[in-house]
Amino acid sequence: MTCSRRDFLKDAVGGTLASVMPLSAFTFISSAEAKAAIAESKVRWAFLVDTNKCVGCGLCVKACKNENEIPYDAEVTRTWVERYVITKDGKTHIDSPMGGRDGYTSMEIDGQEIDPDNIDKAFFVPKLCNQCDNPACVQVCPVGATYQTNDGVVLIDRNWCIGCGYCIMACPYGVRFFHPVHKVADKCNFCYHRISKGMEPACVECCSFGARRLANLKDPDDPVTKIITTERVAVLKDEYGTKPHVFYLGLDANVR
Amino acid sequence: MPEDIIVHGIEWTVKELFVYPNEYIYWSIQIVMYPYMTGLVAGAFVLSSLYHVFGQKELKEIAQFSLVFSLALLPVAALPLLLHLQQPTRAMEPLLTPHFTSAIAAFGIVFTTYALIVLSEIWFVYRKYFVEQVHALKDKPGLSNAMTRMVYRILTIGAYDVDADAIRVDKKAATVLAAIGIPVACFLHGYAGFIFGSVKANALWMSPLMPVIFIMSAVVSGIALCMLTYIVIREWQAFRRRRQGGVLEASEIKGAEKHVIDSATRYLVGFLVAAISLEMLDLIFRGYTAMKSWDILRSVMYGKDFMNIFVLQYTLGNLVPFVLLLLPGRTMKRTVLALLLVLFGVFMMRWNVVIGGQAFSLSFSGYMHYEIPIIPHSVETFKEGLFGALTVISVPFILFWIINKFVPSLQRETSSE
Repeated sequence: MTCSRRDFLKDAVGGTLASVMPLSAFTFISSAEAKAAIAESKVRWAFLVDTNKCVGCGLCVKACKNENEIPYDAEVTRTWVERYVITKDGKTHIDSPMGGRDGYTSMEIDGQEIDPDNIDKAFFVPKLCNQCDNPACVQVCPVGATYQTNDGVVLIDRNWCIGCGYCIMACPYGVRFFHPVHKVADKCNFCYHRISKGMEPACVECCSFGARRLANLKDPDDPVTKIITTERVAVLKDEYGTKPHVFYLGLDANVR
Repeated sequence: MPEDIIVHGIEWTVKELFVYPNEYIYWSIQIVMYPYMTGLVAGAFVLSSLYHVFGQKELKEIAQFSLVFSLALLPVAALPLLLHLQQPTRAMEPLLTPHFTSAIAAFGIVFTTYALIVLSEIWFVYRKYFVEQVHALKDKPGLSNAMTRMVYRILTIGAYDVDADAIRVDKKAATVLAAIGIPVACFLHGYAGFIFGSVKANALWMSPLMPVIFIMSAVVSGIALCMLTYIVIREWQAFRRRRQGGVLEASEIKGAEKHVIDSATRYLVGFLVAAISLEMLDLIFRGYTAMKSWDILRSVMYGKDFMNIFVLQYTLGNLVPFVLLLLPGRTMKRTVLALLLVLFGVFMMRWNVVIGGQAFSLSFSGYMHYEIPIIPHSVETFKEGLFGALTVISVPFILFWIINKFVPSLQRETSSE
């Protein structure tokens, strides 16, 4: 086979052009252009959990499972309630059977009966997705199937998730899981389908004690926003730099 | 609950004390296999490059074999990822819509680049042989000869020029590719380490040393597997010859050659020392700084996983083969035993990273145990169980057998170098 340098160069240039030309149909947009395309939102959703008010009835977990079609008896859940019991010997006992769905009626934790007279303090802590400002799950998704909306909620595209589980590994709060029916990553989204229509999330609506409340941080007149901005609130695991947006009143140092 | 609704991970995860409700061992045996197989690929390539780039002449024979073997291993590096996906039909999406802040997104690109380098290097090394075959099979009768010749004609890609100048260019190209290949191979594997090392939520994984540790142990396992396969195949060929009563000719099979194994062993031990030193540094650093996670890490390392980490990985997988390889008067049998142990040790290292990293809850208040499914009763328990892993392990040998039919990496004097 012979091929002169001139022929080679000619063919190479021709071939390169032929393969690159169709690509010119695509355009690159700068991040500024992309931002301009999405109008600045007037909403930044956040959540307030008042642990002092939670009685551990589990109604929120029930409501969430029904509203969001998470199989009722599957041992995964978008929100859950943890029970903390600190006994006089300084030990912390924690449990959340079925995510606390059926309420806490037994004095038994992990097969161990707790003597009521031996308790220093006990309380419940509801947990849900923190809709972080710097979400680790979004960062690690290899295909962009999980993304942050401009009102702060992190969503998952069920038609695009490949089910690699990297986001599940990356979340420091353990809120993510594989949906047992759809076989893709799943998590709490503050009931996005409800809040974007002016309704409350299912867990907020059903909480009879006002332990769970939704806030729009960009609305200074929002009563819940006022609590978050004026009272002493805490967040979970801020050391991971994720900037979580579920705020807690009365968070104990024992809470994990 | 209907029977077909099964939570992923529930079948092999046993929880102890307080674990968040959604926590399971999501990354199981296939994710142990992924860095293991990738490491073997990278290691095999590095071994072959020691000859092609650095001119380690005594490695010539094993280098040719390693190069072809790394090609056989290559598809198998991606196989565990495919088997692990919940939506395997969407496996091409990371190439279609890569989200580059994710460490996994670059996998397709790095992997493809590496595959192209390996393929073209093999092509340059064996092109002369392909051309010779096309000519040799020209007048031979029979359909199978015609088919074989067709395959070789395709393999030449129309380049039939085998005069001295052309061969010199081939050699140079192979050397350049091997040189580029080393950083790419290291990147391919260091990047697998980055996938784990960058998970800030995981106290065990998060470490900037992770990619480097992965590269070192990758080279160790790659060299060990190439040496082992080389010895076994060579000895088997020699054994078969002896049984047939054939006369051994100088250019023919005479078993594994001691000097080849000796020099490969030197590199193996070197990389082994580097790998262990880094792992020890990581361990000591964690203990010394004793961050919040150290309590639970310590209870996992020195308690629950003590057997896996200190007995199986460090003692049986590192210390014992180290002694076996360095004690004077090393025989081929002892080398084979040491190599098997080295391979086992690197496997346990991957296991202890991947499974060990999920052995404790993100709450730092509970544990999870992985009970590997042995007898599968569903696709899921097959894929994420013992037989899924065995499938992954056996594929490269089958592929090598096929590739070696056309690219005889084990015959002396077939390559153009």
